[in-house]
Amino acid sequence: MPVQYYIFLSIALFCIGVMGVLMRRNAIIIFMCIELMLNAVNLLMVSFSKMWADAGRVDAGSAQLFVFFIMVVAAAEVAVGLAIITMVYRNTHSVDINILNRLKN
Amino acid sequence: MNALISTALSGVVLMFVGLFVRNKQHIKFYAIAAILIAFIANLAQYPAVEHGGYIMYGMIEVTKFGVLFNAVALGAALLYFLLSGSEFEKVGEHVADYFALVFFILSGIMLAASFSNLLMLFLAIEIMSIPQYILAGADKKSLKSNEASLKYFLMGSFSTGILLMGITLIYGAAGTFEISGLGLGAESVHPLALCGIILMVFALSFKVSAVPFHFWTPDVYDGSPTVFTSFMSTVVKAGGFIAFLRMFHTSFAGGNISEHWTLILSIITAVTLILGNFSAVFQQSVKRMLAYSSIAQAGFMLFAVVAMNNMGAQGIILYSAAYSIATIGVFAVLMKLKDYTFEGFNGLAKKEPLLAAAVAVFLFSLAGIPVTAGFFAKYFVLSAAIQHGHILWLVIIAVLCAAISVYYYFRVIIAMYFKQGEPEVEPVSGGFKAALILAVLLVLALGLFPNLLLCWM
Repeated sequence: MPVQYYIFLSIALFCIGVMGVLMRRNAIIIFMCIELMLNAVNLLMVSFSKMWADAGRVDAGSAQLFVFFIMVVAAAEVAVGLAIITMVYRNTHSVDINILNRLKN
Repeated sequence: MNALISTALSGVVLMFVGLFVRNKQHIKFYAIAAILIAFIANLAQYPAVEHGGYIMYGMIEVTKFGVLFNAVALGAALLYFLLSGSEFEKVGEHVADYFALVFFILSGIMLAASFSNLLMLFLAIEIMSIPQYILAGADKKSLKSNEASLKYFLMGSFSTGILLMGITLIYGAAGTFEISGLGLGAESVHPLALCGIILMVFALSFKVSAVPFHFWTPDVYDGSPTVFTSFMSTVVKAGGFIAFLRMFHTSFAGGNISEHWTLILSIITAVTLILGNFSAVFQQSVKRMLAYSSIAQAGFMLFAVVAMNNMGAQGIILYSAAYSIATIGVFAVLMKLKDYTFEGFNGLAKKEPLLAAAVAVFLFSLAGIPVTAGFFAKYFVLSAAIQHGHILWLVIIAVLCAAISVYYYFRVIIAMYFKQGEPEVEPVSGGFKAALILAVLLVLALGLFPNLLLCWM
């Protein structure tokens, strides 16, 4: 399968993620959209790795290693992020990102 | 490299210190000792890199410039601990953990000054960012702190996603992650690489809060506990700039690739300067004014990235030092006041003449008045831009904006010296005053002899 299909698929996934972050108001959903962006990147990274391996580069495996680093960092971010969202929920009983603006004033 | 290892280890050690040391007031002495060790370990590496750096496993490149920047960052952090270390106890229960997180951020900054692989750039940016989300929300009961933390977290991870997409596209075009081997400027520019570079400009602008990616900054800096705002807006921001500078100077500087991003970055710089300065004029709270001032100062630091020459690299070292010392000093005094509005400063000169004089010197430095460090910092970044040749219009905007910045910085000085009032000030210790005098002396010394720092370049 040509690499273009993978590029289009990951760009599409990435754009869905970006639109979700910009348009949704629920913190959990925004968070899911960010994860979607990261996973689109992972997919693209793996397909580029395959592309360069087919082109005869010996160090193309480093891109697959990069994917593991992205996964680890994303997991660390989930740990911090869900803790923050829980903290906000405890104080406001809501995960709507606009509610804080309203409560502050 | 020494600095990276020692700061990362100090972070782990400090987490355990929290278990064994019962008296919370003593924890800051451990932190100060740890940062002194890191500072000395970093300087000890200087002779080894004096005549050229070396690369470790294709991941980290230890250079003279990186070691010098680490020294500036660690020195500023040391000053921050000396001035504001006792404020950590007022934020919450887990004092040792806050110190540990600050050390983890520092290790991210050390990595940002020395990466030679895009993987390390990504890790450096993340190690810098994730502890900041926690610190922003350290005051768990306050809604403002909650909002700051949530907003910072969502925006920060969003920009991480964009950064990663940029890195991936650049990899797709170049086939390697090593920043010196990307070879993007060689002949025609690959469209994937172009998209990647633009995404990276956007993501890094997010991290250093350049307009139009600054919208999180005022709320986050205003909502976070003041003691952490002081750190986030100074040392960490300088760390973001060093990553920016290193990435763009090493990989994207070649012939026909630089013309594609120079224009975008010059526009970002111009808008950052104008919007940051004009918004700062209209603020009522000094803390919020300092948040906008940090956006405006980011505009000046961006000059070094746009100019892409040796003078710009010197300028960013000097600017990081001048801006960090002055802002940490102003925040340290601000934390001693009850009222964060401009009126809160009324009559401070009568009640606490030393504090008022120190704040005046720091604000002079931020505004770029001669004899203070800020003057030479601005001088170096602006002359780097003049040397570059094509961005004179930007220099004119910057000089006009520097004139505007005098207005809002001097509002504080006028309030302190020429207005009557009874400011509520917490009693300050002798150690605090000594650290404040040290900071003032550093600002004046760098203002008279910038070569004290630049001779190490």
